[in-house]
Order: sequence, then structure tokens, then C-alpha cells
Amino acid sequence: MAILFAFMLFFYGPLMYMFILAFANSYNFPAILPNEYGFMWWAYVFNQPNTLVSITNSFLFAVCSTALSFIICIPAAYALARFQFKGRKLVMFLFLLGNAFPKIGMYTSMGIIFYRIGLMGTFLGVLLIHMLGTMMQMIWLPAGAFRSVPRHLEEAARDAGAGPLRTFFKVTLPVAWPGIAVALLYAFIGSLGESVGTLFVGLPQWRTMMTEMYGVILDFPATAGAVFALLLIIPNFVLLIIMRKYIGAETMAKGFKMG
Amino acid sequence: MSMLEIVNMTKLYKTGDGVRNINLTIQEGELVTLLGPSGCGKTTILRTIGGFLDVDGGDVRIAGQSIIHLPPEKRPTAMVFQAYNLWPHMKVYDNLEFGLKLRKVPRQERARRIAEMMALVKMSGMEQKYPGQMSGGQQQRVAIARSLLLKPQVLLLDEPFSALDAKIRQQMREELRKIQTDLNITVAFVTHDQEEAMALSDRVVVMNKGAIEQEGSPQDIYHRPKSRYVADFIGEMNFLQLADNKVLAVRPEHVQVSQGKGGELDGYVRTIMMLGHYIEMTVDTDYGIVKTFISDEQARQYGRGDAVALRFNRRQEYALD
Repeated sequence: MAILFAFMLFFYGPLMYMFILAFANSYNFPAILPNEYGFMWWAYVFNQPNTLVSITNSFLFAVCSTALSFIICIPAAYALARFQFKGRKLVMFLFLLGNAFPKIGMYTSMGIIFYRIGLMGTFLGVLLIHMLGTMMQMIWLPAGAFRSVPRHLEEAARDAGAGPLRTFFKVTLPVAWPGIAVALLYAFIGSLGESVGTLFVGLPQWRTMMTEMYGVILDFPATAGAVFALLLIIPNFVLLIIMRKYIGAETMAKGFKMG
Repeated sequence: MSMLEIVNMTKLYKTGDGVRNINLTIQEGELVTLLGPSGCGKTTILRTIGGFLDVDGGDVRIAGQSIIHLPPEKRPTAMVFQAYNLWPHMKVYDNLEFGLKLRKVPRQERARRIAEMMALVKMSGMEQKYPGQMSGGQQQRVAIARSLLLKPQVLLLDEPFSALDAKIRQQMREELRKIQTDLNITVAFVTHDQEEAMALSDRVVVMNKGAIEQEGSPQDIYHRPKSRYVADFIGEMNFLQLADNKVLAVRPEHVQVSQGKGGELDGYVRTIMMLGHYIEMTVDTDYGIVKTFISDEQARQYGRGDAVALRFNRRQEYALD
């Protein structure tokens, strides 16, 4: 019980503190709680010229990178799950490997290439950076979800007169959907939270909420940073609530089997 | 009229397993069982008919037309698997409607046919359930109904009752047989259960290691097994090596028991076991243990260790391999 309490405090303590901080108009050192509550910093943050742009950009990149990696990765995930071909496991492994290195090293080398081909500071450049993360989510989890669809279900659809494509859209995809929904969620949240790569490739042309936050934290009191952090949590929180029935240890376990 | 013809068909897997030179004809309205242990190739044959496996040689014809170049969705067959037949995200009604929609059957007609079929498999009233809300037996009924709605020229059943309880299995067998004869459907049925094959079939095809070992009526297969393998696989059988190069095969119900000595084979009572409507008695002889089935009254005359004489009413002889 005590351990659980300590754990909760460790986990949610900073979150609570941030919540208090975001609604503090003035908060000076000796006081344990803020001297005055209010929406002062909220007004400040929203009056910054870059705030709304960065929010829009964040969602733009999240939607685009998730959707694009969905279109690219779903067929690939299906192939990895269903067809035996040489190098299948290697492909799965390579997708993991991309995440095994410190990202900063990869961004540096990508930055060099991007400079050469003129992708620095472009929408496409930032999108590619975001897709680096979302694509891994959209391969592993959906491949696991597809693998757990019994083959007989697909065969029965063919038998009933459906071609391969119709079988995929009417049977395979709906049955695998819980796993794919979780992958979409993680990809989306991952893209919203992407910061280092975006700073590297996007600034100053493309600002997202995450990169803006760096500036806010460096230049303004902690209270402004807290407001920004809360703004970042809201979409994640809403998404988690919507998708909660799909999220479970089982879906995760299926997704990370080598098979 | 022969509905299904398999001509010299070969299908080999990379492992070297598979089936070779299969020849089999099924008449219209006939129920034929492919029987054998797992790995004998019975399911392979069924899947080549359904279009889920390509053949390496030979031909498969339905109503005289070769079907080996058609994908499953273009073949006039319908298949029921052992499990995972029904699409779990669709209600029973939607499962049944799927194939009819693809065939552009009008809505009213779809509803009429589905209602009729649900009544036939005794599942009326379950239309709005999801597969997960039904028992295994109910799911298999719906799966059979879904296949029948497609009006296949040949119905393929791949161990459809193997995952069910013994009692339900027996009930499903009887009902399937009734529906099959009522509607005059041509069926290829795969099973490893010899009792099921006997009970259901017009004709049984016994398979061994990718080849057909024997085919014939259930009576034929039971009373005149061509090889020791078939004799062993079907029913209960005593094998006695009397001469040097011959094995005698006798069914327990064909062993006649009397008291004393002077039979074809003499021995002593080893065990007496009550098995319901008959008694199983085993006898120790010089050639091994012989199993016999006798009546309750007969059994009362004997006790353990009694000397008994055995005569064989019916027998098969096989060369020793």
C-alpha cells in the first residue's frame, strides 16, 4: 500500500504541481502554494503570436505523419504477418533498430543529407522526421494484429465469393482493428511529442508546440511552461480516453512478438 | 452423374509431404468421407478442391469442368472449417448475408433465404447475436448454414465437429446427414474419427501417407479391410500371428467363446469389463491377448482364470510385412 502510494506520488506529483503552477498568477519563493491564482499566463501564452501557429502545426504534422505511415505501413505489416519470405525477420528487426540508437545521432546525419537536398526547414523535411517514429509504431503493432487474425476467417470470405481486396477490407482489417487503433494512437501521440528532430530540421520556419515550449521554458517563468505542458497533455488525454477500450496488455503483447 | 472428379492429382509441399496421384470420384448427392490420421493428406485434398492450395499435377473437375485455375471465390464449392468460421465482428445475420450480397441477391430474397436456412439448422431467433455469444455447436450450425446458402455444387467439410463435445457431435452428425439427404447435396467430409466416418458416409476413403489405401462403403471397409493398416485403423481388431508369414485379424464381436478346451485357440479369462450394452472379455492365449465382445448372460458363466475355447466366425488374413 505504502509502495503504491509512493509510486502514485512519484508519478502524479509532478503532474499535480504542474497543474497548480499553470493557474498561478504570482508565485514567489518562500510560499509553498501560489500567492494568487488566475489565468494570467494562459492569456500570455495565447497572446504570443506563435502559439496558435504552433498548435496548428503540431496537429498538422501529427495527422499527416500518422495518415501517411498508415497508408505505407499497413500493407507492409500485412505482408510481414502473412507471407513467408527471406529476410522477413530482418526487416522486422531493422524497424526496431532505428529506435535503438540515440535519435540525436540519426538526426545529425539526416540533417546533413537534408541540407544537400534542400529539405532543411521544409514541411516535407519535418514530416519525414516525424514519420521516422510513426512508421515503427505502424509496422510492429499492426503486424501483430494481422498475425492474430485466424486464416480461416479470410478463407471463409474468399469461399463466400469475396476477392482478396474485399476480404482484406471487410474481414482482415476490421478483425485486426483494435491493434491498429492502438498503433494509430501511439503514432499520433508520438508525433505530437516529437521535439529534437523538429528543432533540428524545422526551425525557424516550422514551429510545433514542442519546439515552442523549449523557447518558453528558457525565456519565461515556469508558470508559462506549465500552461504549455498542460496544452500538450490535453490532446493525448482526450485520445487515451477515446481509445481506452483498445488499449490493453494483450494488444501490446501481440504487437511485439517476433513470430 | 459424377459431380466431383479428382484425376491423378498431386500436391507436394516443400517438406516432401503431400498427396500423390489421387483419383477419386464423388457422385451427385453422395457423402464421401476422407478418413485417416493427421498428416495423411486428407485436408490437403479438401483444400485443393476449395482452391486454397494449387495442385502440382493432375486435375480437379466439378460437373465436368476443370476448376484448378479458379481462385476460391470463383469455385462452386463452400467450405466449413473446424473452427474460426464466422466473422466475429458481424452478427449472425450479416455473416449469412455476406455471400448473398456478393451474388447480388435482392434484399427481400436474402431475408427469405436466411430465415429458411436458420430454420433448417434450428437456429431461428439467433440472427442478431454475435458469434462470440454462441456455443461452439451453435457456431458450427451457422457456419454450415452460411455455406449452404451459397448453394455450392460440392460442400467441403474439414473436421467440422471435431472441436465439439461427444454428445453434440453425435447430434450434429445426424442432423447433417438428414439435411444432406433432404437437399441432395454432394459432400466431401474430412475426419480422423472412424466412428464418425462410418456413421455419416455413403462411401469412406481411407488414407495413409498421402495415398488412398482403400475406398468403399462403411460395411466394405469394416468387414473387408484390404490391408492390415485399414483393419487396424477401423474399429477394434485382434491381430494374431499364427503361421510364420501370416497375420490373422479378427474383430472382437466375431470371436465365439465357449467353456473348456478344443477351440481354434485356447486360453484363460484375463479380464471381464462391463461396457454398457455388451461385455468386453480379454483372454490370455499362447499367441497373445484376444479381445472379445460377449453378452451379459454369457459373461456370467465365466470368472477370471477360467479355461475357454475360442472360435472365429469371420476373419481376415494379411501377409506379414
